Amino acid sequence: MNDSRPLSPHLSIHKKVLTSIFSITHRITGIGLSVGSILISMWFLLLSLGPNYFSYFEMVSKNILFKFILFIWTIGIFYHLFNGCRKLYWSFGIGMDLITVYRSGYIVLVLTLISTAIVWLFI
Amino acid sequence: MVEFSLPTNSKVTKGISYSSKEPAKDPKKLIIYRWNPEDKKNPRLDTYEIDQSKCGPMVLDALMKIKNEIDPTLTFRRSCREGVCGSCAMNIDGVNTLACLKSMSDVKNEIKIYPLPHMRVVKDLVPDLSKAYEQLASIKPWLQREQTNEIKKNSTDEKKQSPKDREKLDGKWECVLCFCCTTSCPSYWWNGDEYLGPAVLLQAARWVEDSRDSERKERLKAINDSLKLYRCHSIMNCTRSCPKGLNPAKEIAGLKKAIVTEL
Repeated sequence: MNDSRPLSPHLSIHKKVLTSIFSITHRITGIGLSVGSILISMWFLLLSLGPNYFSYFEMVSKNILFKFILFIWTIGIFYHLFNGCRKLYWSFGIGMDLITVYRSGYIVLVLTLISTAIVWLFI
Repeated sequence: MVEFSLPTNSKVTKGISYSSKEPAKDPKKLIIYRWNPEDKKNPRLDTYEIDQSKCGPMVLDALMKIKNEIDPTLTFRRSCREGVCGSCAMNIDGVNTLACLKSMSDVKNEIKIYPLPHMRVVKDLVPDLSKAYEQLASIKPWLQREQTNEIKKNSTDEKKQSPKDREKLDGKWECVLCFCCTTSCPSYWWNGDEYLGPAVLLQAARWVEDSRDSERKERLKAINDSLKLYRCHSIMNCTRSCPKGLNPAKEIAGLKKAIVTEL
């Protein structure tokens, strides 16, 4: 390869098409959930260590910032769940024409918002 | 490797602005990526203004008008001007497409034109496709027949195909190898050395599905590789980009399915 040749611009000039936005969001939520799973195991750990330690967790959990992170995490878990189902269908080659891809993407978004709202309003 | 920023020799700088001499009835601005290997300078963005009322409707018409009337040094590939040859693939208004099939009226403001993304540039809008062609050759894009005695005896016989088997090639044979899909794929941007990319995998599917080909299994085995095939994460940018309305992502899913069920 001739290295004196410049590399044509890519990420910076390519339109942020929804197909790639859905995909990168799936990855980001996936990473977020992995980090979150560590926090959950920490929560279990505090639970098993007894009331003294758990009261410490309770103090943190009343913090508004903690609630906000938990809210984002709820969005993440539902998005990853529903988009994961979408990808599962794709593994079978189902629903891969462009119109269906866009429609199912919007459905994933709506379901994510509804589910998150249900969790935070009723639970 | 994932590298989001461009190398220093590839950073795009501001270029020359060619303003039209006479007032245009229906002016349109085009901002075009320019790079000349003889300049030994970084790429730049030149601005051209054309009169749409004196130009054909497609982006390619505008490029030819610029080359003919304003700046003869502007370099791009083109041939058939009707979406059959796949030469004029470039990034127009942020999406890879064929300049001959992209109507100027589809773009509201000025039209930004870059070469196909994340490729080495030969000059202006001409990318170096040799790596992609090498990858195409690697999947053996030709008909392979097992040489049994029976076939040898009747080697002049026509290899017949039922209409139903022929139908399986629809959505595959139409590909003109413009590499709009491959160069729209972030996976190919970061792993283009190993990952074959949607265009080549679509061709692989075209030969895998051909009833006259006897090497289906071997073909599937050859692409069953974590880098060659499984760098496809169904981002679907390829399908979004294809100027011929084909669906490479679906064909790749078909290949993955065939590998799981048949190998």
